[in-house]
Amino acid sequence: MMKFYDPFILPFVIGLYFIFAYLGIKFAVMLIRIGKPERKKIAKGIFSVKTLSAVKEVFLEALLHKRIFKVNPMLGYMHMSLAFGWFLLILFGKIGTLSYSRDFFNPIHYAIFFKYFEPRDPAFFYSKTYFLLMDSFLLFILSGLTLAIVKRFRTRIFGMKKTTRLRFFDRMALTSLWLIFPFRLLAESFTSGAFQSGHFLSGTLGSVFAGFLPVENLMYPAWWAYSLALGFFFVSLPFSRYMHIPTEMLLIFLRKWGLDTGTKMSGYAEAQVLSCSRCGICIDNCQLKTAGETQANPVYFIQALRNQQVNPALAMNCLQCGRCEEICPVKIDIRQLRLITRQHLTPDQSDYHYLPVEQPVKADVIFFGGCMTHLTPGIVAAMKKLVAESGEKVWFMDEQESVCCGRPQLLAGEAESAMRLIEHNRQLITGSGAKLLVTSCPICLTVFVREYNLGIEVLHHSQYLLRLTRSQKIRPKPALLKIAYHDPCELGRGNAIYEEPRQLINSSAILVKTKHEKQMSLCCGGSLGNLQLNADQQNLILDETLQSLTAANPDIIATSCPLCKKTFQKSSPVPVLDIAEIAAGTWQHYIQPASQNQEKANIHELAENQLMN
Amino acid sequence: MTNIKKIAVLGGGVAGMETSIQLNRLGYQVDLIEIEDKLGGHVRNWYKLFPDHKPADEFLEKLISNLSATDVQIKTSIQINAFLRKEKKLCLFDQACEFGVYDAVVVATGFDLFEAYRKEEYGFGIYKNVITSAGLETMFLGKTIKTSGGNVPKRVGLVHCVGSRDEKCGNLHCSKVCCITAVKQAITLRQMLPNTEVFCFYMDMRMFGPSYEELYREAQEKWAVRFIRGRISEAAQNADETILIKTEDTLTGRQLKMNVDLLVLMVGMLPSKGTTVIGKKTGLDFGMNRFLKVKDEHYHANETNQEGIFVAGSASAPMNISDTISHARAAATAVDHYLKTTDHERFSEKNNIRNLEKALHEK
Ligand SMILES: Cc1cc2nc3c(=O)[nH]c(=O)nc-3n(C[C@H](O)[C@H](O)[C@H](O)COP(=O)(O)OP(=O)(O)OC[C@H]3O[C@@H](n4cnc5c(N)ncnc54)[C@H](O)[C@@H]3O)c2cc1C
Ligand code: SF4
Ligand code: SF4
Ligand code: SF4
Repeated sequence: MMKFYDPFILPFVIGLYFIFAYLGIKFAVMLIRIGKPERKKIAKGIFSVKTLSAVKEVFLEALLHKRIFKVNPMLGYMHMSLAFGWFLLILFGKIGTLSYSRDFFNPIHYAIFFKYFEPRDPAFFYSKTYFLLMDSFLLFILSGLTLAIVKRFRTRIFGMKKTTRLRFFDRMALTSLWLIFPFRLLAESFTSGAFQSGHFLSGTLGSVFAGFLPVENLMYPAWWAYSLALGFFFVSLPFSRYMHIPTEMLLIFLRKWGLDTGTKMSGYAEAQVLSCSRCGICIDNCQLKTAGETQANPVYFIQALRNQQVNPALAMNCLQCGRCEEICPVKIDIRQLRLITRQHLTPDQSDYHYLPVEQPVKADVIFFGGCMTHLTPGIVAAMKKLVAESGEKVWFMDEQESVCCGRPQLLAGEAESAMRLIEHNRQLITGSGAKLLVTSCPICLTVFVREYNLGIEVLHHSQYLLRLTRSQKIRPKPALLKIAYHDPCELGRGNAIYEEPRQLINSSAILVKTKHEKQMSLCCGGSLGNLQLNADQQNLILDETLQSLTAANPDIIATSCPLCKKTFQKSSPVPVLDIAEIAAGTWQHYIQPASQNQEKANIHELAENQLMN
Repeated sequence: MTNIKKIAVLGGGVAGMETSIQLNRLGYQVDLIEIEDKLGGHVRNWYKLFPDHKPADEFLEKLISNLSATDVQIKTSIQINAFLRKEKKLCLFDQACEFGVYDAVVVATGFDLFEAYRKEEYGFGIYKNVITSAGLETMFLGKTIKTSGGNVPKRVGLVHCVGSRDEKCGNLHCSKVCCITAVKQAITLRQMLPNTEVFCFYMDMRMFGPSYEELYREAQEKWAVRFIRGRISEAAQNADETILIKTEDTLTGRQLKMNVDLLVLMVGMLPSKGTTVIGKKTGLDFGMNRFLKVKDEHYHANETNQEGIFVAGSASAPMNISDTISHARAAATAVDHYLKTTDHERFSEKNNIRNLEKALHEK
């Protein structure tokens, strides 16, 4: 028989073997489903420094939960005490048994139930410190557990307005998880009480219990309870949200090795889905809540994805703003997962005979405005003025005939249509021999960078204009205006361009601080990404964002996306300008919105004359 | 003396002037309070009126002369900033001082034009030859219709529904008068510039008033104005500063591209700033279209949710002049009824009690 055996260890041992076997198979299947090209990345990355940095991240995130700490220290402590505390308990438990038994192959359960097998706290190298530490770790975990229980019932103090809803397996896993450590405490205390051993926690409690309880009789059932709780937890783990614990570690490695979520439901995408801890941090950051939508929140979307319950409405109901990803401690690619579920939901339009036949024009620089810029001609007018000032040779490629960049189709899950459009534009761009492509639309920018493979530099017009300013080819017109800058989702979170527009504005006007800036900037509500919200819901989001932007009473709102500009114009109390219009000084007509008032003033005089004649 | 009830009418446009005249005729003491230094409101800016091409100034002169014949107190350049209820009366404040105490208030603060720069794809303020319908009236008044280059436009396009019936602008309502305004302006254009082609781009033609449909027919038959059904998707400026417009003729299903020398935006009507501010300050309800909400569209079209506060004219919805006049007169009747019923009610209440007591005694 086994060396350290007692029937009560069975639930634990069975649970443990089950979870190892399950994870082994599950991860293997996932790795197979990752696909060949992506697997190559693993092969390349596994023996590089990337692996080391993944180990570091596993330590920081899976154990210490640094990112959650940043969002909310109390919540961070809760997660850390459970994960890191348990880790320490296992690690030191193992070290303890090793230094005592000096048998490298002692079974795992020996360390877990050490106190049962060695109730009298045997002496070994540094054993006093060891027992002291073990008691502290347990206390550490229990403190976090208390917080977790409080959180279930009162979420507000953790800075989250809504905690996640529970399902059956989650409930089972949660209950067993909550019981593990209190049972361990009882088992150790009873044993300490019976054998007059133990330390500041187990020892003290033990002697207290011994005073009024038959600890000798209670001790054995308590060990059973502890083992059962562990066993139950392990068995329910794969079907509960706690699957995130092992999967997140795998995910961290895969991500470090450079894997890409791609456009299909691959093993990597699955790993992301399973890595969601349902911490719920994303809920408060998702503006769908402002629009009165609760089902489509990122955490519930991921849950539905895991349970294969995503319906078209759920797939389409997302602004693709990326605010969830910005705050998600696991850094799940939530936007892309949503796009994956959109594939083939709408019939792909296959008729493209309307695509115009065009000839590329030779130029050094191409300016592509995009469909949205066609609706905001003020931006093009400003760009033309600045380009003329700079003396650069720029071809305004889509001024006459314009073909969409393809991104809206990609967002709607129509990959084939998108490729047709992309091919059309690519030929024009490469045909012109330009070395630089500039666009004033962040939505186009994203697709140019990610899908076009142009082999030439691609810049957003804020970057281009800043470059022209720095090389003194243009001189932004001074404007004594207080400007609140809105970071477009697709430019900021999408392409990490935060500073260039600000520097450009600062070179000629006064930038004021706003409430939600840069990574935390809100969505204008006009997102092309959401095909589900109605106009009223979009307006709710728009109002929230306008309020945040106008809190400091700016003279104007500036942005660097034609879609944001168009959306804000609907109800902004102050004029909305593109950064190019500010630099070009073509904003006067907005500032007296008022060109109409001017019109009116003239009219008055005229009407006056008429009346008198 | 103390028995004469005092009424404040806010806004000296068509609605405010007509309400004041009628209330005065009914024997009330009326203060007509206008924020600007002149009376007349928007109509002061118009050249000729639909449907009969009557010069707007002629109409206004008549209204103003009727007003002068009354003893309505005209107070121009006054901005009312605060309201206070004192029992049944309303106390109005101008700056920080008390301006007057009134038994009833009529809000006739009218509309504002949709700010055309909010519909940026049409290029107002960006392209030199894009103007609004109000701007065209100005040109009519000045009797010179010229492009930015100083030439007579050979082709003019009138765009309907700018800032109305447009979810993207946040306005779902129809501004009601801009279709017929376009017909009127198209005819005037053809009259003033016989060699100029005029195109109207519309979604529906809303010819709701008497002889409007006839005018529409006249525009087509007599003045050869071309009406094209389709919303303009975008406009661009050509090198010669003419405007290239793109649309789809939804009747023939053809894509259409056209150059015009002048593009006129038929801007919609929104509640004026004054209407919104006064509505908010006095706790009035607003409708879906953000104009002031009346108690009942059919039967109490001047009453509001606030006792003693009434609305007249385009502060409650887009309307033409004849509807404004009717609405203003109805407002005067409603105020009169309100001021009389309060006394009457008190009287009948007493009567009822007396009758009740009598009945009890007889039992
Ligand atoms: C382009 C165009 C052409 C038109 N042509 C015609 C036509 O040919 N025929 C026709 O029948 N109708 C026409 N109309 C409609 C016509 O203009 C309206 O029916 C009419 O102006 C409504 O009058 P009103 O008094 O309700 O509002 P307004 O004319 O807007 O008058 C409101 C008055 O209230 C004042 N005011 C605002 N705020 C305050 C405040 N806080 N305190 C005090 N005063 C305030 C304003 O200064 C203004 O004097 C046209 C409309 C447009 C847009
Ligand atoms: S998506 Fe991220 S933030 Fe949202 S619940 Fe999952 S882990 Fe938490
Ligand atoms: S991308 Fe934006 S809208 Fe979509 S789930 Fe994330 S936060 Fe919500
Ligand atoms: S009246 Fe005509 S132009 Fe004006 S909003 Fe209505 S349909 Fe459009």
